[in-house]
Amino acid sequence: MTFKWPELPPISRRVAPNVWDFAAFALIIAVFVAVAEASRGMAMPLPPAGASAVTLDYVNLPYYALRTTARMFLALGASFLFTFTYATLAAKSRRAEMVLIPILDVLQSVPVLGFLSFTVTVFLGLFPGSMLGAECAAIFAIFTSQAWNMAFSFYQSLRTVPSDLEEVTRGFRLSAWQRFWFLETPFAVPGLLWNTMMSMSGGWFFVVASEAITVGDTTIQLPGIGSYLALAIDQKRIDAVGAAVLTMLVVILAYDQFLFRPIVAWAGKFRVELSAAQTKEESWVLRFVQRTRWLRSLSEMTGDQFMRLAYFRPKLRPPRLPVADQSASLSRIIDLIWFAVIGLVAVWAVAKIYAFVSTELSWSDLLETIGLAGLTMVRVVVLLALATLFWVPISVWIGLRPRVAETMQPLAQFLAAFPANVVFPIAVIAILKFNLNPDIWLSVLIIFGTQWYIVFNVIAGAAAFPNDLKEAASIFRAKGWQWWRNVILPGIFPYYVTGALTASGGSWNASIVAEYVKWGNDKIAAHGIGAYIAKATEAGDYPKIVLGVAVMSAFVIVFNRLFWRPLFGFAERRLRLN
Amino acid sequence: MLDALTEPLLQIRHVSQRYRKGSGEEGVSILDDMNLTLYEGEIVGLLGRSGCGKSSLLRIVSGLMRPSSGEVTFQGQPVEGPVGGIAMVFQSFALFPWLSVLENVEFGLRAMSVPEDLAHRRALSAIDLIGLDGFETAYPKELSGGMRQRVGFARALVVNPSLLLMDEPFSALDVLTAETLRTDLLDLWCEGRMPIKSILMVTHNIEEAVLMCDRILVLSSNPGRIAAEIKVPLLHPRNRLDPEFRQLVDLIYARMTQRADSKTREGNFPGLGLGMILPRVSTNTLAGLLEALIGPPFNGAADLPHLAEDLQLEIDELFPAAETLQLLRFAEIEAGDIRVTPAGRKFAEGDVDTRKRLFGDHLLAYLPLAARIRRVLDERPTHQAPADRFRQELEDHMSDKAAERTLNSVINWSRYGELFAFDDTAQVFSLENPQ
Repeated sequence: MTFKWPELPPISRRVAPNVWDFAAFALIIAVFVAVAEASRGMAMPLPPAGASAVTLDYVNLPYYALRTTARMFLALGASFLFTFTYATLAAKSRRAEMVLIPILDVLQSVPVLGFLSFTVTVFLGLFPGSMLGAECAAIFAIFTSQAWNMAFSFYQSLRTVPSDLEEVTRGFRLSAWQRFWFLETPFAVPGLLWNTMMSMSGGWFFVVASEAITVGDTTIQLPGIGSYLALAIDQKRIDAVGAAVLTMLVVILAYDQFLFRPIVAWAGKFRVELSAAQTKEESWVLRFVQRTRWLRSLSEMTGDQFMRLAYFRPKLRPPRLPVADQSASLSRIIDLIWFAVIGLVAVWAVAKIYAFVSTELSWSDLLETIGLAGLTMVRVVVLLALATLFWVPISVWIGLRPRVAETMQPLAQFLAAFPANVVFPIAVIAILKFNLNPDIWLSVLIIFGTQWYIVFNVIAGAAAFPNDLKEAASIFRAKGWQWWRNVILPGIFPYYVTGALTASGGSWNASIVAEYVKWGNDKIAAHGIGAYIAKATEAGDYPKIVLGVAVMSAFVIVFNRLFWRPLFGFAERRLRLN
Repeated sequence: MLDALTEPLLQIRHVSQRYRKGSGEEGVSILDDMNLTLYEGEIVGLLGRSGCGKSSLLRIVSGLMRPSSGEVTFQGQPVEGPVGGIAMVFQSFALFPWLSVLENVEFGLRAMSVPEDLAHRRALSAIDLIGLDGFETAYPKELSGGMRQRVGFARALVVNPSLLLMDEPFSALDVLTAETLRTDLLDLWCEGRMPIKSILMVTHNIEEAVLMCDRILVLSSNPGRIAAEIKVPLLHPRNRLDPEFRQLVDLIYARMTQRADSKTREGNFPGLGLGMILPRVSTNTLAGLLEALIGPPFNGAADLPHLAEDLQLEIDELFPAAETLQLLRFAEIEAGDIRVTPAGRKFAEGDVDTRKRLFGDHLLAYLPLAARIRRVLDERPTHQAPADRFRQELEDHMSDKAAERTLNSVINWSRYGELFAFDDTAQVFSLENPQ
């Protein structure tokens, strides 16, 4: 297990670096250079007012892509930190759980883009005169789009750790630290990884939206693809928009191939299952690394180091279990106090929000926003329905053909990751040219980026549909509507609900950028809560932003509770096929 | 041997365990006043059917659980949490899928800060001892069940425990693999090649207990009590066909099916009347068992060990089915023998409708809970009643889990007997059957 330095005299063929090593070495050095390059730009002073930090030269695009990607990964790091602390606390402490989990639930439903204006102001204040403030604001925006579902997934894994494995760790008297690294985290890896991928997909959307933002008088432009795009839109340069789209494609493809696929392939071993999986995830990058010699022993060495760190314990203290029934009444008193504190804080927060909003706004504003939110809801519902009608048959067709599914599913996943807001300007041009009704045609943009969640989930569902049921259906000659109604639709329903739920959440968020779009000086707005928030942000009207975001969050929460959650429960209870 | 007898390795004194209900009040008892002394050099088996608290007792001994009352001492020290000299082997193997065989075996040592190279060496010798050479770098999911359980043994042995606890270690394996593992373990034990001084094992397999143990404690269920202690004087290696071996097996069968307190014909289920805890048994199993019993070679009466062997049933499957037949007066059990009653014969020979009618009639007559649900439904003008009402009533007598299982069994049996209908989504009983 321990790495031993090769003995000097004969450099045997076993230790000499091979061809793969040289290629890998070059790649790694390139990554180091890129990281250094990106971090140098972050702490630069703010450019003087009026001067733009971004130009439309194609040559700069790789650098901008690098900066954008760096932001993404910094935010991801922050999300992991948040996940490990917040979710662990929620899973380990009953009282913390009572507060933390509902908060997380609400945070998941809050439209992140709506709060961009606040975070920008806060962070600019923290780092006056430096780009760092704006960077932090952008990173924070991405973080808020990534962290919640990751934390949820980790929390759920922590709560469902297999009891026999837990007994082993307790029997061997592992410390909390050791248990965290040997049992809880490994068990959570598959779920966490999946959610990380989903988060990254969502994150590209927000990084594009948060790099160039105007809040009242302050305009922020961080070097990156998002601001490049914003500038291109400002100057009506369709070629530059095309270049940004292309760069985005390359970046997403690269991170998928070089980062996520290898990790997913490697993480197959963390799945708790009885037998080896039928299909194994493959990654050419991982295979490539495994063929190198030096790189491989380097990774083994870090693996061993990690094990040492994970096994670390200060000193052996035999744990004692408390005798079962003690201080039940005391615990109940603490509970009561705890509830009282939570209640007071909640009342105080509501009062504070009311005071802030009511300085400028009246009840009629509330009615107006509710009406607008209703409009947006109609949009989301109608478009989800249309996307469902359109995509479900196609996805089922694809999913039932393994060959086609093999290529189409990653493609759909890729499209879900692609920030749809990059192509919004093209829609504006079309709407202006053909003089279309923005209330109808801008709606299409809401679903544009999120429909792919439905597609790849339904493909996965159809692909996983058991063969014996398919055969039974064809023996009984189930055809047409009967086949759809009794065979395939119930079969894919749990997958569909998962996809549609994600798409629905994403669509609400997207409405903030989709209902109010610009092309140079032309602005097109639809009526809806998204446009309301976007306009308020542009004007720096904080009470309106708060009101808009609060109303939208309330709609999302109610929508989820009354619609998606019952559907989800139904799918879990009745239609799960295993 | 006599020296060892003077100093017990493990003592369990007056240990009781009760469930606690959600509201905090004391619930149903699982273990009741257990006493057990374990000496060095012996293998002791805890034999009982599911629900007798044998696994709970094992967890109390290992320090994973604290008893509601009573105490456990290991090598003279009270057990108040997991202790160093005790290791456990699990029914489900409980291996970490993300660690290789070697890493799994090293796990316990390295967690306790044993130096890396020492841990490595000890793990390799444990792997060697248990016959896992060549599998060091494999991951658990690449291994067969038998090999996985060997890893489980190696992981337990590598920490040099004095006492090895085994929680039905062979019951997840197929017959042949289980037998190989048993003999391998017994060989190591008899040759003294393992560091352990004593083994305490839980099982529901009577033959396994007689094959491996020096002493067998038969537990009764709900609450778990020691019903009998049986010494096995046979020398290793034991022969299953040895008449003495067979005699012991027969004796234990008789002990496990005899009702301790009274001569009532209430079946052998714990609790009385409405509070009776019912097992999960399918009506197909009941019908199949009756058919097998009236056919040759049994012709209406059988000796339970033979029946178990003939039908390839574990006692955890056979006993509940046989006792349900007894409860419904389709069969009688006495001294390890089962005999079909005239009603049982009528059932086995009848067609589907006869069977259903007979089954329904017997449910109403002999199963108080079924009769009660039916009466409530008859009395109500709507002929409907929520399941929760009966669930809560049951929970006064038993744990939540047992109540759920009991209710499920009554629902399944009554559906077969067409006594009433049950809507699972709404959780409502009714008299209407779907048209």
